[in-house]
Amino acid sequence: MKFQKILSLGVLSAAMIAGTASADVRDIRIGVDVPYEPMEYRTPDGELTGFDIDLGNALCAEIGIQCEWVVQGWDGIIPGLQARKYDAIMSSMTINEQRREQVLFSDPYITPPSAWFAPADSEIVTPDAESLDGKSIGVQRGTLQDNYVTDMYGDVADVNRYATADDMVLDMDAGRLDIAFLDFPIGKSTLIDSEAGDYKTVGEKISEPVEYFGEGFGIAFRQRDGELAEAFNEALSTLKANGTYDEIEAKYFSE
Amino acid sequence: MDALMNWLETQLADNSIFTLQTLSYYGDGLVTTVQLVFLSLIIGLVLAVPLAIGRGSKHAWVRLPIFFYCYVFRGTPLLVQLYLIYYGVVFVEGIQETWLWVILEKPFVPALIAFTLNTGAYTTEIFRGAIKSTPRGEIEAARAYGMSWALMMRRIVLPSAFRRALPAYGNEVIFMLHASAIASVVTLMDLTGAARFVYARFYAPFDAFLFVAAIYLCLTFTIIYVFRRLENRLLAHLKPAGG
Repeated sequence: MKFQKILSLGVLSAAMIAGTASADVRDIRIGVDVPYEPMEYRTPDGELTGFDIDLGNALCAEIGIQCEWVVQGWDGIIPGLQARKYDAIMSSMTINEQRREQVLFSDPYITPPSAWFAPADSEIVTPDAESLDGKSIGVQRGTLQDNYVTDMYGDVADVNRYATADDMVLDMDAGRLDIAFLDFPIGKSTLIDSEAGDYKTVGEKISEPVEYFGEGFGIAFRQRDGELAEAFNEALSTLKANGTYDEIEAKYFSE
Repeated sequence: MDALMNWLETQLADNSIFTLQTLSYYGDGLVTTVQLVFLSLIIGLVLAVPLAIGRGSKHAWVRLPIFFYCYVFRGTPLLVQLYLIYYGVVFVEGIQETWLWVILEKPFVPALIAFTLNTGAYTTEIFRGAIKSTPRGEIEAARAYGMSWALMMRRIVLPSAFRRALPAYGNEVIFMLHASAIASVVTLMDLTGAARFVYARFYAPFDAFLFVAAIYLCLTFTIIYVFRRLENRLLAHLKPAGG
């Protein structure tokens, strides 16, 4: 009896010591916008999965905290962070100056380009203002692709803004869109791979100018959560060094 | 006009959100919203009058389909109807090859169809109630004059029903304006679409939505004012004497 009590006290204090090891970094909630295959999406039985989810869970495990994922629509994802609905955003968010005024970013954890996608029989060869004149372009509302397309082609083309990438793909299939502008891995996964032969990329992959396309995807935190961001940065470099990062990358971006 | 634009530009100079560009989004949004709501109300009204008469028919084959239509469109959310008409039709095999696709391809017409059918169902019910509550005395008097059914409808029943329906219909117009806020889910840049664009681009929910709320308020007050004037004119005989 007494022995058990001592044992449980021991376990308890061990747990407390383990807890204090990362005392300043508490368990957090992470906001994510789904579906955005292959970065974050649900399996048919409703499980959250994807590159961001796996990497995020691995980072949390490395830091030694519990992370809970909160699903939030993209167009309200930064205000949701500021309203404390969650403590971080890990949802394919590109680091750029405009966002940096609102949030604190981790180091970039992946740097994918954007690209134009069109039906395989599309006549558009080079996506410039001349050939996109009068065409309907699909983008996801509030993304950097939206900003880029709005500023570059908003005056000549018909920009259709969708709440989710899925709605956009549906309208692409329906023939309502002439061309769509997406993060390259997402377009590859949702259009090219899943509808074999129906779609192609048009022109080069785009990651310039930096003022639009930023410096890669980062995890976003509230400005004052510098310690939390630091903990994630450390964990990220550990995972890159020990090969975990490469494993996760290979799982989702195998050619 | 140029002077106005210059004045606006200086007023907005040290403001990062309400630039000429975002204001022009709100302006376009206002036009889209007003067009959508106005057109759907007009067509819905034209649709509702014969349907309301038919809804009270003694023939089941006239009455039941109308009842069914009202039941379905009043019983399901407008958002669902909009999704079905815009995204749902895509799954109809071969529709892209028919003339229908020319109409359904762009988002404006599917939204207009959804809004029209929805307001049509509500307006039908409003008018049916008003027709049903025509005082018996008026009908008996019309019969005593030897009026045919059509003449009685035209001269007695419908005019008095319109008057009775007016306050309820005014509400329906306002509901329709507010319901139109969902148009941006099918990529239409209506007022709410413009607000969501500004919200997502500048991460400024309060500025974006307070501004658009003010515009909606102005529209609502205009509608209320118009209906108040109409009621004053058409229902003057119901006012207390000397009031």
